[in-house]
Amino acid sequence: MIAFLLKRTANAAFVMLAVAFLAFLIFRSFGDPVEMMVNEQATQAERAELRERLGLNDGFLTQYIRFVTNAVQGDFGISYRNQQDVMVLIAERLPATFELVLVATVISLVVGIPLGVFTAVHRNSRLADALQLTSIVGVSLPSFVVGILLILAFSVTLGWLPAFGRGETVDIGWWSTGLLTPSGRAALVLPAISLATFQITLVMRLVRAEMLETLRTDYVKFARARGVPRARVHWIHALRNCLMPVITLTGMQIGNLIAFALVTETVFQWPGMGLLFIQAVTFVDIPVMAAYLMLVSFIFVVLNTIVDVTYAWVDPRLRDDTAAAGGANG
Amino acid sequence: MADRTDIPPAPPSRLARLRDSDLWYSFRAHPSAVFAAILLLLLTLGALLAPWITPQNPYDLAALELWNSEIPPLWDAQGQWPFLLGTDVQGRDIYSAILYGSRISLVIGFASVMLALAVGLSLGLIAGYFGGWVDNVIMRVGDVLLSMPFILIAILISAVATAALPPDLKSALAAPILIVAIAVPSWVQYARTVRASAMVERKKEYVQAARLIRVKPWRIMLHHILPNTLTPIMVAATLNFGLAILSEATLSFLGVGMPPDQPSLGTLIRIGNQYLFSGLWWIVVFPAIQLCLIVLSVNMIGDWLRDALNPKLN
Repeated sequence: MIAFLLKRTANAAFVMLAVAFLAFLIFRSFGDPVEMMVNEQATQAERAELRERLGLNDGFLTQYIRFVTNAVQGDFGISYRNQQDVMVLIAERLPATFELVLVATVISLVVGIPLGVFTAVHRNSRLADALQLTSIVGVSLPSFVVGILLILAFSVTLGWLPAFGRGETVDIGWWSTGLLTPSGRAALVLPAISLATFQITLVMRLVRAEMLETLRTDYVKFARARGVPRARVHWIHALRNCLMPVITLTGMQIGNLIAFALVTETVFQWPGMGLLFIQAVTFVDIPVMAAYLMLVSFIFVVLNTIVDVTYAWVDPRLRDDTAAAGGANG
Repeated sequence: MADRTDIPPAPPSRLARLRDSDLWYSFRAHPSAVFAAILLLLLTLGALLAPWITPQNPYDLAALELWNSEIPPLWDAQGQWPFLLGTDVQGRDIYSAILYGSRISLVIGFASVMLALAVGLSLGLIAGYFGGWVDNVIMRVGDVLLSMPFILIAILISAVATAALPPDLKSALAAPILIVAIAVPSWVQYARTVRASAMVERKKEYVQAARLIRVKPWRIMLHHILPNTLTPIMVAATLNFGLAILSEATLSFLGVGMPPDQPSLGTLIRIGNQYLFSGLWWIVVFPAIQLCLIVLSVNMIGDWLRDALNPKLN
């Protein structure tokens, strides 16, 4: 087990080094940081001095190692656009994205699990068929279209909910939360729903597939034969055995949701990391782009590794390397 | 194709074989698949025939008249012929723009799936057949790509490539850049599938025999191993076609895709999104509906194909 743990950690470290290399390459090949930082009147000597001080005259490998060392310490340099520390910028935006993703995940579970159970239990009913068809529609709706349609319906036409921004926020330490104020909660509703749409269908389809298998097992048949009420058999006995894959999916999807939040954040002008990233892309603000890329990849890799390791811990057969690599990416 | 008949005396034509196959039977037995296929066919035809069935060429700036701007759809009291779905603020006919935009979206989606297939299948075959360090390098690169979210890779490639280009080439190369940007994160899936079966097939006797009589490796890979892996690849490619169209639309919506002078559906939605609060709902809603219909029909076909080709369900 310890060998497996070390192997997976080494693997994750390798992947992060490769991502860092990509980020570094982008960083190196775009624009001259010196030109971005000095003002127009700077003399040649001043520029050369800055170049030396930033270490831009060092060898490629030295610069890469310095980039990684700095990144590990959370230092991604200064934003070209507003001359602020990149990590400070991202830390300011992190709570907004995190709360959005959290609420979207909760919505997807609260809506997706019951729908999945229902469509599995009443497999051949009209309503279940209709729901199953709706789930394909849910997968086919791009999240930005969902967002735009929600704005059109609930903000423009009905005027019930705000269409952009985060409302009032309350600071708890360095964390700013919108969950504690009425306007903050109102602002969260539409973005969270539009981010959750895809996830709902994912959860629903997974629960349905798992339930269909579980309903065929002997213990479910036995519970029915013993006269346990149907609802109890379905919602407690059977559902409990379907939750493990749902938890895995939810855990692994968090990385994807953070990435996809950038689309939702653009639609709703939600002041999160994703919006920061998209603005950075527009202005070719490389340090911010590099930092965002590395942060999201880091979250992704950590989640994948945790899932792999947990699985191997639960099921020793997966400690064989090839099986683990194949099993993690379903 | 799942053709189970014994070797017939005279080989029937391809069409006859198709009509006799389990797949065709399954297709006809699923109304949703038939519906989706007809829908996709209509949408594709509309896109292909756009120059002949639209009242206006939306790229021709001289055809746009400012006094035709902001006309609502035809069924509205202020609607005007021939602007079926209304016009945008520049006087561009929405119906024409949608059909031309679907063209771009479909072509980019299709081309990126084809590119990803070509790259993924070749690299997967090579990795699985030769093994060793070649396999290691290819699959490690794949691991790294899969450790970053799909959409993020596509955005980065598109943004970086566009920033690196001189301004006069940006517009001309926008579509090829998008095709590459979407193909790069998607080849890994094909490569993994093919690699797994290549590793299994490599050890089988027919491949050993082919090797013994000195059949060239590429011939073994293409003619002996590849056909055995095509079923899962076909399903994945169909579902990825839908995903590719969605990705293109998302990138264009975010402003790192097709430029406004050659708008795809995503670009049209991006443009329309600016007028969301001015009551000009038709500028954004109709392109969005068209996009959803395309992706929906592709996904329905992919869903059906997955079930129809799944031996466990038959």
